Amino acid sequence: MRALLAGALLVGVLALPGMREALERVMATHMLVQIPLLAVAGAVAVTGLGPEWKLRIDAWNRGGVSGMLLALIASSWWMVPRALDLALASPAMELTKFVTLPLMVGAPLALSWDRLGAIGRGFVIANVLPMWAVVGWLYIVAPVRLCNFYLVEQQVAAGFGLLGASVVLGVAVGALAFRGVGSPSLKGVSGER
Amino acid sequence: MREPLASWLRTAATSLIIGAGGGGLLALGTDTFRVFTSEQARRNAVERAPRALPKVALEDQDGRPFDLAAYHGRPVAVSFMYTGCRSVCPLASQGFERLDRAEWSRRSPGDGRLQLISLSFDPRDTPDRLREYASLYRADGRGWRFARVREMRDLGLLLRTFGIVVIPAPGGDFQHNAAVHLVDAEGRLARVLDPDAAPDQVDRALADMASTRNLAAKAPAR
Repeated sequence: MRALLAGALLVGVLALPGMREALERVMATHMLVQIPLLAVAGAVAVTGLGPEWKLRIDAWNRGGVSGMLLALIASSWWMVPRALDLALASPAMELTKFVTLPLMVGAPLALSWDRLGAIGRGFVIANVLPMWAVVGWLYIVAPVRLCNFYLVEQQVAAGFGLLGASVVLGVAVGALAFRGVGSPSLKGVSGER
Repeated sequence: MREPLASWLRTAATSLIIGAGGGGLLALGTDTFRVFTSEQARRNAVERAPRALPKVALEDQDGRPFDLAAYHGRPVAVSFMYTGCRSVCPLASQGFERLDRAEWSRRSPGDGRLQLISLSFDPRDTPDRLREYASLYRADGRGWRFARVREMRDLGLLLRTFGIVVIPAPGGDFQHNAAVHLVDAEGRLARVLDPDAAPDQVDRALADMASTRNLAAKAPAR
């Protein structure tokens, strides 16, 4: 219950007019702060679901497959420059953003990540991080302004942010992989702990 | 063992629905994965469905009042700009200068000549400033006019109809989506081209506009 409230509170704070205005004025904070935080709110909220709810959802989300698919598809829309413009131009799309990011990205991600096997997780990481890097790079080198609502300099800054996030997360995942995190079979073989 | 199998089947069905529905929505939002920017979406939308333009009172660099409807019967190219612009507007104005030269050498005004209009959205652009700007590009002020809205309150409607977003930038500058907007002989916005479109590109678009119009005119007779 507390987690549900925390998630709802986070969405509520992000929806405050002043907060929305401040985060959406700059493309980098729109893309790299507001949008991820909305997803985080959904992820936080579902940690409060009781075990009976999780069982009920698991019956439709075996191995985390359908939830992960939902999160991937819904999140990819919010990487499209047009989606950012539409969210600023149309209140309906802005509302869509505030509903889909917690419920269709954050929540299914949190409910599915633990269910995914090692290959599934590796697949997601190996696809999502390079996609961020490519989109970030496109924002940096695009000869034209991709969003009508953002300045070119903002587009470049958002690109560097996206590229940076991809590199930092990639290095972190790589470091964890080399330390053997997420590969339980190695522990048995090498006799560590 | 029945329960896991049933739940795998349910998961497969759910995934299928999510994939088909989500993929369909993504395709819808990106015009079947071809449009990723609002500028491209605007161009496609205009080409699919030409837009009637509102009757907005304008005045040119000599303070002469006019409006876009005055050019019914021949095509008009409109470019949105402001005279203080140092980035994309000079590029667009050079493009218009090329078009202006090409038009003068080919057609007379009575001959369906393409009318060029550079429209400023900057309240600081007075007719005097527009005239000064016109002389930079050696425009005669007739075949290529420089204009602004007479009433600032009309500006929003005009920009919205054309799909122009103007955002103030540091240093008194603006950033805006620049393009060549082709208005057909019926006064509808029918094509949007790159701001520095070459004369032959504009010619092709005008020919294309004329042929689709003729098709539309002939269709009911068949």
